[in-house]
Amino acid sequence: MGGGLIGPGSGYPAGMADPAGFAEQAMPYMSALYAAALRMTRNPSDAEDLVQETFLRAYRGFEGFHEGTNLKAWLYKILTNTFINQYRAKKRRPDQVDLDDVEDFYIFRRLGGLEAAEATRTPEAEVMEGIPDSEVKEALESIPEQFRMAVILADVEGFSYKEIADILDVPIGTVMSRIHRGRRALQKKLWDYAERNNLRPRVESATGG
Amino acid sequence: MDCEHAHLRVYEYLDGELTVWKRRAITRHLDDCPPCAQGFTFEIELRRVIVSKCAEDVPAELKNRIALALGLVDSPGPGPD
Repeated sequence: MGGGLIGPGSGYPAGMADPAGFAEQAMPYMSALYAAALRMTRNPSDAEDLVQETFLRAYRGFEGFHEGTNLKAWLYKILTNTFINQYRAKKRRPDQVDLDDVEDFYIFRRLGGLEAAEATRTPEAEVMEGIPDSEVKEALESIPEQFRMAVILADVEGFSYKEIADILDVPIGTVMSRIHRGRRALQKKLWDYAERNNLRPRVESATGG
Repeated sequence: MDCEHAHLRVYEYLDGELTVWKRRAITRHLDDCPPCAQGFTFEIELRRVIVSKCAEDVPAELKNRIALALGLVDSPGPGPD
């Protein structure tokens, strides 16, 4: 009691965000946050809870957020911390960190790129369009968590290495290594799927279908 | 700049994380080396495919839950019994 004059619902003191102002700025990031949450939790209901919790925490901390700094990165830091503290805690420890490291341009090389001096056609990434969305999501979700999060933040959300280092609270060198290894691992998984399912670039003679 | 060195920096190049000088050296190599240029283009395209396939629609129910939790809309009440 006593301090109740400045409480929720009693108007918004100077410097404290009102929900509408917060929502106006933060809501546009909801779908990106939800997509990232799905890849992190690998479960729609956990992803929804994670995003809701992120928005609540962000709202509560919004007065500590400085206008002009990066709201998107700030929201992702909250999302990531909430995920690590709440959801990963259930599992006690992160995924195993072993990861098959493969060479760069993994798919491109297998499509005949780089080495093939006599290649008559240029390998096209279009062949990967044949992989169903669900398989691409599954491939990404199957990468060990620390690599997966770095790849999501870089590729799907377009954060810089520095921003990712701040979000994940690890050095930039670690961020680079996780992104690069995670991407190569993802390529391997996508290629394995393409091979199993005989997805190959269309060649001129294969017009029978 | 040879192919091997360009390959080592492919991700930093595509991520826009190189200094102007290193970036220029790689661009020059790509201008002179079509196989590497194709490889770099392939990586860009592949990333675009992956990102487009990982898009998600936010469930309407989640938007409502959050709006409700932030007090932006009135609670619908206990509902009909």
